[in-house]
Amino acid sequence: MDQQLDAKIPAGPLKDKWTKHKLHLKLVSPANKRKYTILVVGTGLAGSSASASLAELGYRVKVFCLQDSPRRAHSIAAQGGINAAKNYRNDGDSIERLFYDTIKGGDFRSREANVYRLAEVSNAIIDQCVAQGVPFAREYSGYLDNRSFGGAQVSRTFYCRGQTGQQLLLGAYSALMKEVAKKTVELYPRREMLDLVVINGRASGIVCRNLVDGAIESYSGDAVILATGGYGNAFYLSTNAKASNATAIWRAHKKGAFFANPCFTQIHPTCIPLHGEYQSKLTLMSESLRNDARVWVPQKSRDQRLPSEIPGAERDYFLERKYPTFGNLVPRDLASRALKEECDAGRGVGATGLAVYLDLSEAIERLGLDLIKERYGNLFDMYEKITGVNPYQEPMMIYPAIHYTMGGLWVDYNLMSNLPGLFVLGEANFSDHGANRLGASALMQGLADGYFIIPYTIGDYLAGTTSFSTNTDHPEFQKSEEDISQHTQRLLAVRGKRTVDDFHRQLGRLLWDKCGMTRNEEGLKETLRAIPQIREEFWKNVRVLGSHEEFNQSLEKAGRVADYLEFAELLVADALDRRESCGGHFREEFQTSEGEPLRNDQEFAYVAAWEFKGMAKSPALHKEPLVFEEVQLTQRSYK
Amino acid sequence: MSSKINLTLKIWRQKNHASPGRFETYRAEAMDTDMSFLEMLDVVNERLNQEGKDPIAFDHDCREGICGTCGAVINGQPHGPLKGTTLCQLHMRHFKDGQTLVVEPWRARAFPVIKDLVVDRSSFDRVMAAGGFISVRTGQAPEASAIPVAKPHAESAMDVASCIGCGACVAACPNASAMLFVASKVSHFSLIPQGQIEKTTRVLNMVEQMDKEGFGNCSNEYLCEAACPKEISVAHIARMNREYFHAVKSG
Repeated sequence: MDQQLDAKIPAGPLKDKWTKHKLHLKLVSPANKRKYTILVVGTGLAGSSASASLAELGYRVKVFCLQDSPRRAHSIAAQGGINAAKNYRNDGDSIERLFYDTIKGGDFRSREANVYRLAEVSNAIIDQCVAQGVPFAREYSGYLDNRSFGGAQVSRTFYCRGQTGQQLLLGAYSALMKEVAKKTVELYPRREMLDLVVINGRASGIVCRNLVDGAIESYSGDAVILATGGYGNAFYLSTNAKASNATAIWRAHKKGAFFANPCFTQIHPTCIPLHGEYQSKLTLMSESLRNDARVWVPQKSRDQRLPSEIPGAERDYFLERKYPTFGNLVPRDLASRALKEECDAGRGVGATGLAVYLDLSEAIERLGLDLIKERYGNLFDMYEKITGVNPYQEPMMIYPAIHYTMGGLWVDYNLMSNLPGLFVLGEANFSDHGANRLGASALMQGLADGYFIIPYTIGDYLAGTTSFSTNTDHPEFQKSEEDISQHTQRLLAVRGKRTVDDFHRQLGRLLWDKCGMTRNEEGLKETLRAIPQIREEFWKNVRVLGSHEEFNQSLEKAGRVADYLEFAELLVADALDRRESCGGHFREEFQTSEGEPLRNDQEFAYVAAWEFKGMAKSPALHKEPLVFEEVQLTQRSYK
Repeated sequence: MSSKINLTLKIWRQKNHASPGRFETYRAEAMDTDMSFLEMLDVVNERLNQEGKDPIAFDHDCREGICGTCGAVINGQPHGPLKGTTLCQLHMRHFKDGQTLVVEPWRARAFPVIKDLVVDRSSFDRVMAAGGFISVRTGQAPEASAIPVAKPHAESAMDVASCIGCGACVAACPNASAMLFVASKVSHFSLIPQGQIEKTTRVLNMVEQMDKEGFGNCSNEYLCEAACPKEISVAHIARMNREYFHAVKSG
């Protein structure tokens, strides 16, 4: 096994691992905790919950976000819900079942021990959120309501209308603000982390740009936590917020942190279809709709009739046909590819033919309009605002879009990267979702990492460090500051002809076409040749106006796109290297006779962790073998 | 069906907080009616960039109406003319060909301008830090179903908890009052059992901080409710006033 990649998975039976591990982790005494400074970058569910929990323990916490307030991080936009193994429905749920569904949903490309722990702490998350005042949906009895999500046959999803992410984030944000009031947390909004500072092999600080006045600021800490989200915006059009970006994790990667499984990207089946060149983002319609909606296309290709004119017998409810057991609630990767197949075969609907119907008319008839409004009203409103079409009268049209990235920085069981002192939480790490994340599991993981894992594991690292944080006079900080200034000056000096968005759109289209829902060797190789050419042109022909000493949104975007143009190569290289299909990574060469992904457990049951070797050099691959002691690797079946 | 419209935009430009601002006029030509307002600004900015002119700064992030980052006053209306809608969800099909739109930042003493349409709303965070929370530590929580919450209360709490903190209520108010924002948080916690323990200090501290930040008083104009993209009712201001009255009496 690779010496640098010790996942530190505790020995012993799966269900005892976390309990025993907690007992063996070193503690920091209350008097010493206040001597340690922890820097937290990102204030989504993972970052906010970690900051609040660590401050409660007595650590000094500095928290950074690029938004104007921590409450705006993109966790806020999660719609459908959060999973937990409460079994309030008496429908056979358990920690073991949530564990199994999650590891199977991820197509057996995640660590057993991590996924089991996630399921184990899921219940405490719901307790914590309820105590914070999160207004979860309730039944008339006053007890908590649940609904179903893809990849599960039990109802274990807790929700707040279609705004669950918002409510959970506001809960974590309020916990954070109570610590800000106590001055145990210092808040640095409108800061973008542009470098990780590594001193004597340990993560020792960060360098940020103050987005209001452009000042380059250094901060030192005894540990650095990155909770900066995923890299879906490399594809330009995604369901991510516009400012969501990969810069923090990419620059940490360039400082030595390994990047794991970058080719594991999730394409969400139910998004509002593309409607024009100017389009700046794609909007998700929550998976929860698939509880009550039926997905269909006309049986006849290029059928121009209105949906209401197509009788039931001439419709193809293709998910129900292909997957009779799970029906419309198959996992996202399978649903997305099934949609694409229908559209590629010419059965797509709408002006572009790149859409299928998501139809709630039967549910409205069965359950009544009021109940449907209560469950999904805000989603219907959003659909109507964007498309101008009333979804109570006509079925919605949907098409897949990039939504979430399972890959991320490599971390061990303690959520620490291979760089001592650098911890990575939430979507930014590669951790728990394998090759495909199940719905309502991102919120669970973000909060598990922040509330119930990092508070235990970070102490083990800090207790082993002898000196408290160096100040920012260290030459490594100065070097980082100079590097950032030079990079910025270079961007501003190009003064070319094309805008940043123009390059971003070009890269995004390329990735979507060649490294999106399906991939093949030829297309990936072609893309690996094309990306350096786009990058080269970017540095010769991009136009970024203004100066670095002011509020400059073009400059912010330019820095992020410059990083995507580097990162994209790693994403594609990983996709090329993984000669199997699993979850969201579908290589056309590797499929079953029924068109399902064909895994190769003999050769590819590992985490691919890439080491940066310099821009002109190929990255080095380190493999962490995935060892399955509890579950049997099977061909995933939802039929 | 989409079509193309031409607009005249009069947009507030201000280099930074210290500089004076002014309106500048731009032509927005052949804009697709399926665009959102922010996508329309994107296109205007792409063209400004091509002409070597400084693009218009505006705050935005999720572009699906939930993060609360975006917002501008369009012809005197925060977030524009469509009820219950943030600027990012306002689409150009709601405007007419040939229309002139005056676009301004939120204007309030407690929201200083950073650049063009971007304002500093950190005053909201300070109001939240004054009491917008339940002081439960991670790990202390009892089993989630231990305390049932009556469904109507949970639903009303959710109505106010849906506040996105955008600041349109302040921008709409002639007094730049933040009462609807503060009332949303106070109401949310006063409607559920978990919020009862700290209700007295919460309302007193949040109102005190709100006043310190320079927000004005409420004079029952109801303009905040009209502008609120989440359609939060002014009835919650009345609830906060009752909470405040009880707190002063008992405190």
